[in-house]
Amino acid sequence: MKPAPFAYRKARSLDEAIALLGENPDARLLAGGQSLIATLNMRLSAPGLLIDINGIGGLDGIGLKGGAVEIGALARHCAAERSDTVSKHAPLIARAMPFIGHAAIRNRGTLGGSIAFADPAAELPACLLALDGEVDAQGPSGKRTIKAGDYFQGLYETALGPQEILTAIRLPAAAADTRIGFAELARRHGDYAIVGLAASARGDGKGLKDVRLAYFGVANTPLRVTKSEAALTRGDIDGAVAALDLDPHDDIQATAKVKKHLAGVLLRRVAAQLMEQRP
Amino acid sequence: MSMDIDITLTVNGERVTKRVEARKTLVDFVRDDLALTGSHVGCEHGVCGACTMRVDGVIVRGCLMLAAQCDGATVETIEGLSDSGEVADLQAAFEQRNALQCGYCTPGMLTAAQELLQQAKERNAVPSREEIREHISGNYCRCTGYHAIVDAVESVAKARAGAKS
Repeated sequence: MKPAPFAYRKARSLDEAIALLGENPDARLLAGGQSLIATLNMRLSAPGLLIDINGIGGLDGIGLKGGAVEIGALARHCAAERSDTVSKHAPLIARAMPFIGHAAIRNRGTLGGSIAFADPAAELPACLLALDGEVDAQGPSGKRTIKAGDYFQGLYETALGPQEILTAIRLPAAAADTRIGFAELARRHGDYAIVGLAASARGDGKGLKDVRLAYFGVANTPLRVTKSEAALTRGDIDGAVAALDLDPHDDIQATAKVKKHLAGVLLRRVAAQLMEQRP
Repeated sequence: MSMDIDITLTVNGERVTKRVEARKTLVDFVRDDLALTGSHVGCEHGVCGACTMRVDGVIVRGCLMLAAQCDGATVETIEGLSDSGEVADLQAAFEQRNALQCGYCTPGMLTAAQELLQQAKERNAVPSREEIREHISGNYCRCTGYHAIVDAVESVAKARAGAKS
């Protein structure tokens, strides 16, 4: 299908984009557009105005700042995929990147757009949660930072206000004892996950500590499973699988029962990844 | 606010200035306004890859970009890649190995494959069959079962690597 008619404005600054959002309550921001334009084409959304933020300078950087990897909202997936900073200091993002869409999608899609859209079956929101990262936002009343744990609030619903723009994401830089794990099941490589799991932990002698497991594709938001994290910290993989308290819904790809089973399969794979990594 | 946008861009080496509806996707623009119908419209939501084309040197989904976004951009469609001879060896290999039947996916498939072969050339490598499958994973083909396509791309990758050394 074709999109319903809308107006288009290319914003030259964050202030301009924020002002346009204020003047046009039915406007949407256009970043990479790899989810938004698909929903426009299917007329799942019909905004009156698209505010293209791709021309705003200075939002596409990737760098190490004060012990954290900071990724500008407009950095494209392909840039993160090739970034030495990301592969060295945010290895979970590097591991997840090839699972995101396909090459042509990654050439356009942005990390900020993915986090702002907050698709519950997408990889990056779960990675942000697993890494205990944070989001920088700017709105009419200035800038603020939101922790990942407070950011994802519901289905496609985030802590961002109607006039706020996500400007960067920040992830704690990996330490020498940082362990990461990532696994996903999809019918075709690059498709949305049936179930996926992003994880981080720290090595502690032969065991693990600070285990964070964030599932995607099983709930309305990326979801941590704290009981399983505790079991894994004790080295109890069977216990971690038994403690999974997920309540997924049937969807177009799989029944809830299949998803729950697959979540356990992925947990074992990710646990093995976390435990095998030696500095 | 206007629903129409004036854009100037370069398409297959030619400078084009047009007024377009803001809602018009890039693939509809090249097909309807420029009569470049080699880029195909399949799913219109980024899944099938039939509309794959190049914008500023990298492949994109023509259905997931707006023409309005391409003001100032350099766009290359299969017509451009074909006329310049850039993908002539790929096209010949597709024909020789029956890597197409209906041909609907072929322009997108060639454009995607060419990007992989360029990237492989930059790092002086021949992509594995697995890498080829991964790179064209975003391009549906409902006729061939993909084996012949992977064969064709692999043979060109090897031939280009051989020709270079």
